[in-house]
Amino acid sequence: MLADKDRIFTNIYGHHDWGLKGALQRGSWDGTKTILEAGRDWIIDQMKASGLRGRGGAGFSTGLKWSFMPKKNDGRPHYLVINADESEPGTCKDREILRHDPHHLVEGALIASFAMGAHVAYIYVRGEFIREREHLQAAIDQAYEARLIGKNNVHGWDMDIYVAHGAGAYICGEETALLESLEGKKGQPRLKPPFPANVGLYGCPTTVNNVESIAVAPTILRRGAAWFSSIGRPNNVGTKLFGISGHVNTPCIVEEAMGIPFRELIEKHGGGVRGGWDNLLAIIPGGASCPIIPAKDCEELIMDFDGTRAVKSSFGTAGVLVMDKSTDVIKAIARIASFFKHESCGQCTPCREGTGWMWRVMERMARGEAEKREIDMLLQVTTQIEGHTICALGDAAAWPIQGLIRHFRPLIEERIDLYSANPKPVEREMMEAAE
Amino acid sequence: MSVRRLASEQPSSFAFTPENLAWAQKQLLKFPEGKQASAVIPILWRVQEQEGWVSEPSIRWVGEFLDMPFIRVLEIATFYTMFLLAPVGKKAHIQVCGTTPCMIRGAGRLLNVCRERIHHDPFHISANGDLSWEEVECLGACVNAPMVQIVPDTYEDLTVESFNKLIDDIEAGVPLKPGPQIARHYSAPETGFRVLTTESLYDGSMIGQGAGLAAARDAIAARAAAEAEAAKAAAEAAKAAADPAPAEAPAAPAVKAQAEADKEKVPNIAPQNVPASDPAVRPDAGKKE
Repeated sequence: MLADKDRIFTNIYGHHDWGLKGALQRGSWDGTKTILEAGRDWIIDQMKASGLRGRGGAGFSTGLKWSFMPKKNDGRPHYLVINADESEPGTCKDREILRHDPHHLVEGALIASFAMGAHVAYIYVRGEFIREREHLQAAIDQAYEARLIGKNNVHGWDMDIYVAHGAGAYICGEETALLESLEGKKGQPRLKPPFPANVGLYGCPTTVNNVESIAVAPTILRRGAAWFSSIGRPNNVGTKLFGISGHVNTPCIVEEAMGIPFRELIEKHGGGVRGGWDNLLAIIPGGASCPIIPAKDCEELIMDFDGTRAVKSSFGTAGVLVMDKSTDVIKAIARIASFFKHESCGQCTPCREGTGWMWRVMERMARGEAEKREIDMLLQVTTQIEGHTICALGDAAAWPIQGLIRHFRPLIEERIDLYSANPKPVEREMMEAAE
Repeated sequence: MSVRRLASEQPSSFAFTPENLAWAQKQLLKFPEGKQASAVIPILWRVQEQEGWVSEPSIRWVGEFLDMPFIRVLEIATFYTMFLLAPVGKKAHIQVCGTTPCMIRGAGRLLNVCRERIHHDPFHISANGDLSWEEVECLGACVNAPMVQIVPDTYEDLTVESFNKLIDDIEAGVPLKPGPQIARHYSAPETGFRVLTTESLYDGSMIGQGAGLAAARDAIAARAAAEAEAAKAAAEAAKAAADPAPAEAPAAPAVKAQAEADKEKVPNIAPQNVPASDPAVRPDAGKKE
């Protein structure tokens, strides 16, 4: 288990003062000026050396992403945009940073902006996080007042940080959709290239980072790249906020080392699977778009990018959804299909039409009101959506269904048999299984 | 995608209160000049906070305020699902999270409570006009499932009993307690903290403890030393150049150094002016075939 002294978010449960005074006491804003004085290249080199991979789901090297910003300013301002549009079902880690440890984020915004030559940062918070937004704004106001940021601040790098927000569109978590939304438009993703590092917000060089990626940066730089990269396995290093939800005895958020075995994570922090380990049916490891992992693959599962890839899923945001044997897994995935149908922005036809089509078929399959050949047809349609859209929402909608068919095909067939033996349309509240 | 239309009955006009108008004007300062459209979501949200929902006159008003075509503001109001396009319950509009993490922990039962106690259908106002409900997509509090949001607060870790009590309290006008509705500290395990129990994290002893800061100081020192070295070298070069011709007007070291470098180049340039075919400069010059 990760030692307390190696945890970055020491107030993640909000049991201490989240304001500036408490943050200073816990070591935030300590030596920030020294870090900036070491220079832009030093910061980017350290971030690369730390091995930090983006915490928003894709897992791209944060240091490398920062280095993509143009070195010389061509007259256009540079922008840092922080993606706090956390909406993936199963994911609720950024919420805790925003409301309980916001100074990590504010300090990280200053350092990251300095490293990419930006004087303005926007933090785009999802619309539903109203109290979280208030805490964040208060933290920013405190930092302005203490002259940690703002014009002529003590760090010698003019910095303005603004909080913007959305209004309930999951798609705005996609970086170019977020930029569109920030410009006051519908959140419909842009074609890439050009990439935001060249043409981003208002047509200016922009980097979009996840909240957690930015918030861990100050501590990494303070404690050293070597410290961060010594935790976890090669290529999957550092600490990570895990969310444990679903059928465990004590759901919670916890910061742990990357590469923690799944079973250890669930038993130490989640209080164990409800009804015991043998009652585990399957998990969704990192948010709704990650393919499901059946219990047999959870025995040896290592919770990091490579560990989840080894079982044909993905690490995502490390929001683990645990399902025990009382779960109607077909219905659970049908609900995810409904989520993606609701959240499709409507721009690309395969996604707009496909997500609704998949959801309708999934609903029938959850009742067993289908034919077995439709399973293959559904699988084939998912492959026609996947990879044929501007952004990854089409892929994200296809993967959970592919995962379900890969691991639970016999169950789907069994339900079809059950229905065809007694075909009458009975609506059952299947999700209200034993508790 | 969800298809959303404006309500059939609309008020005749809209205006912000003076405080909200001042607030809206302040929002424009967050964005560069000419990019005031960026403030459209926060301003529409303030409209909803003031009126309870977003009406057609308010959409036109925001369009004029931000110098945007009305259709663009209408797009925003219909695209983003948090904007309510029709009036909702006077006391509360309950948004029940129904996505999978909440669903498998019993959100379906909360939805049934809404259907029984408020109205059979979402977005319909209860008979007494106080309440309405809808099922929303993930609200981002999955470790506290199941949960509902009544803007601006969330009510988490609900059961049918505690949810019924919540509705009772709303109807009775009793102040509500946001957050987990069980004995639990935010997102920590219900049974108590398993981590973050070390006192030294909070007594200030974490300050100044960074190996990275030491590395940063080394980097600064190394850079300063390199700069000093470079300055010294430049100064020496300038001195060396200045010595043979002390009468010359002092030039900036860099210029001087460049001039020296150029002088050295001269002998190399001269032979290049001679055609390579000139026997005098050919490497095999003097050799007889």
